[in-house]
Amino acid sequence: MATPLKRVRGLGAAHRGTETFWRQRVTAVANIPLVIFLILSIVSHIGASYTEVKAYFAQPIVALLMLALVISAAIHMRIGLKEIIEDYVHGGAKVVAILLATFFAAGVGLACVVAILKISLGS
Amino acid sequence: MGNAKSGAERPLSPHLQIYRPMLTMMMSIAHRISGAANAVGFLLLAWWLVAIAVGPEPYAQVSSFFGSLAGRTLLFLFSWSLLHHMLGGIRHLIWDTGTGLDKTSIEVFAWLTIISSIVLTVLVWVAGYALMGAF
Repeated sequence: MATPLKRVRGLGAAHRGTETFWRQRVTAVANIPLVIFLILSIVSHIGASYTEVKAYFAQPIVALLMLALVISAAIHMRIGLKEIIEDYVHGGAKVVAILLATFFAAGVGLACVVAILKISLGS
Repeated sequence: MGNAKSGAERPLSPHLQIYRPMLTMMMSIAHRISGAANAVGFLLLAWWLVAIAVGPEPYAQVSSFFGSLAGRTLLFLFSWSLLHHMLGGIRHLIWDTGTGLDKTSIEVFAWLTIISSIVLTVLVWVAGYALMGAF
């Protein structure tokens, strides 16, 4: 007899169960304070000189929060974009679109990570 | 499922355009659109951070773009999209706990999201211009 419990243990057809759902929620919760931090960082540096902005991001705590933001946001974005694609794109185009969304999220996220590390650790 | 080949004429559920547009439906669409728009905003953030990492010249270019009318418009829309998606997301997190799912709460949440996202966006920009010494 296939009880709901048995199906849950098998984690469904994708073998991932609720993992993606949960990861989207975890990154969503993390993004709330991190996005507020980002907005405050930007607003407080409007019109600031290059040296001031660089010195700000070079602080370890700022670099840490920025790294947390771009990693959490990239994961959250990958899940969201994939969800949108799965609803509107079908067949082979879906696979290509999901691949592109994944590369976009990884590319943009990694570009930010390298930039933050270079600013904070020096060239 | 979308490409399942079957000649059988099966009944379809009504398409989206048959429904009268409703606030909650618009909010659901707005959450998706703002999420996708935030992906464009992420690109702007990457551009800004990379420019800071590379040096004063690229940074000056980014700054002059963000200072231009087009740049400011883009940033304004991004900030609104970001705040709208954040507030809409908080609404979803509340729903995840199983509360606020009755009709009245859903309507109230929708209006709260719209109004507070606009108010917060305006506040952020007023603060920004105030720090620039515009007032």
